[in-house]
Amino acid sequence: MVAIIDYGVGNLFSLRCSLEKIGADVVVTGDKAAIAKADRVILPGVGAFRDARQKLRDTGLDKVVCDLAAQGKPILGICLGMQLLFETSYEFGVYDGLGLLKGSVRPLRDVIPADYKIPQIGWNALRFRKESGLFRYIKDGDCVYFVHSYYAADCDDSLIADCEYGADITAAVQKGNVCGCQFHPEKSGDVGLSILRAFCFEEGAV
Amino acid sequence: MITKRIIPCLDVKNGRVVKGVNFEGLSDVSSPVALAKYYSACGADELVFYDITASAEGRRLFSDILTETAKEVFIPLTVGGGINTLDDFDRVLKCGADKVSVNSGAIRNPQLIEDAAKRYGSQCVVLSVDVKRVDGVFRVFAKGGRENTGMEAIEWIRGGVERGAGEIVLNSIDTDGVKRGFDLEMLEKVCAVVDVPVIASGGAGCIDDFITLFRTLPQVDAGLAASIFHFGEVEIRDLKQAMASHGIPVRL
Repeated sequence: MVAIIDYGVGNLFSLRCSLEKIGADVVVTGDKAAIAKADRVILPGVGAFRDARQKLRDTGLDKVVCDLAAQGKPILGICLGMQLLFETSYEFGVYDGLGLLKGSVRPLRDVIPADYKIPQIGWNALRFRKESGLFRYIKDGDCVYFVHSYYAADCDDSLIADCEYGADITAAVQKGNVCGCQFHPEKSGDVGLSILRAFCFEEGAV
Repeated sequence: MITKRIIPCLDVKNGRVVKGVNFEGLSDVSSPVALAKYYSACGADELVFYDITASAEGRRLFSDILTETAKEVFIPLTVGGGINTLDDFDRVLKCGADKVSVNSGAIRNPQLIEDAAKRYGSQCVVLSVDVKRVDGVFRVFAKGGRENTGMEAIEWIRGGVERGAGEIVLNSIDTDGVKRGFDLEMLEKVCAVVDVPVIASGGAGCIDDFITLFRTLPQVDAGLAASIFHFGEVEIRDLKQAMASHGIPVRL
């Protein structure tokens, strides 16, 4: 059973469809017990960091995610969900993240040249930086779909893939059972589905 | 490196694709779901569904096919046509759209762009603009290109981005249907004033037109077309191979 955490941020329809497509037994829920019971947990998210962080706190789901991470349960953050795994965000202020991964979330504008557009919207090639079970069915150079204006900085030991967008931009991270991708696997065609498949079914991938 | 996107556009009426579509090996050529799957398998980077239905019944059918498509196709899906209110945004986003394209609705009520960007984020709001030269000036046309609004296009587009539009689809009425290439002059002027992605539309007749577009104007992010893909005049696979061989970054 894979639980997609529903904490009132963004549209989870496509994500649910993508997991059903690969044959995963999926539940979309904000119920703590149901999340705790799942074998794997996905933390999604779009929108502003501050709002999402606040909603996780209000619902008490932040503690659930941290406890499950400590218990070794595989957790995948997607897009803003990945960014929430880090220590700090500098999006419209300074906010604490969940602190499960070392690093901070910073504006793309700080590191990319002025002629690069923000958000980064579109398909960009993954460059593997470390081995990961998440990549079992895909290859270095495969393209995935990004939509973001902020990125994870200084996450060196968890960085498993980046992409080139005027600078080296964090694309995927993993530390033990906690992993995340900045791109949208549910919108990245077969490559994205393959990543989700590895997360959901590959024993020991995460 | 970010790749240039190729985007087929499907006009949908009462839940079916209109404008003849002609494919071998596709049993139901007017099924939006079947076509979306086909294009996705061929390497389309994104799809646009344009709802040209006027009736409530047609709208309901459109919502159904959106949902069905979202269950089968895992690339970004943009929906346009008849988007006039935030409720319209809500309706299509719930059915699986990733982005929503506004055109006449934003002309009538420019505040719609701002409200939608605030609620759903700029990345979700695509401003689609039909532009035609009138006495040497780029003018915005409404109602599917039938009505001259008198608005100056570059200013309208610049204002739309300030209000929160996250992408621009620039459709040149002057080159649309002519099949002799995209409107490079118009595209260059628009790219010069906005810092969000610009999608070129109108005028593609062959693979070379896309090559010329991306080589002449590397600041253009994507090329959109309809009938040349539907009639098989340009195969997306061949197009992307050709782009790659010309050194244009592309997802193969």
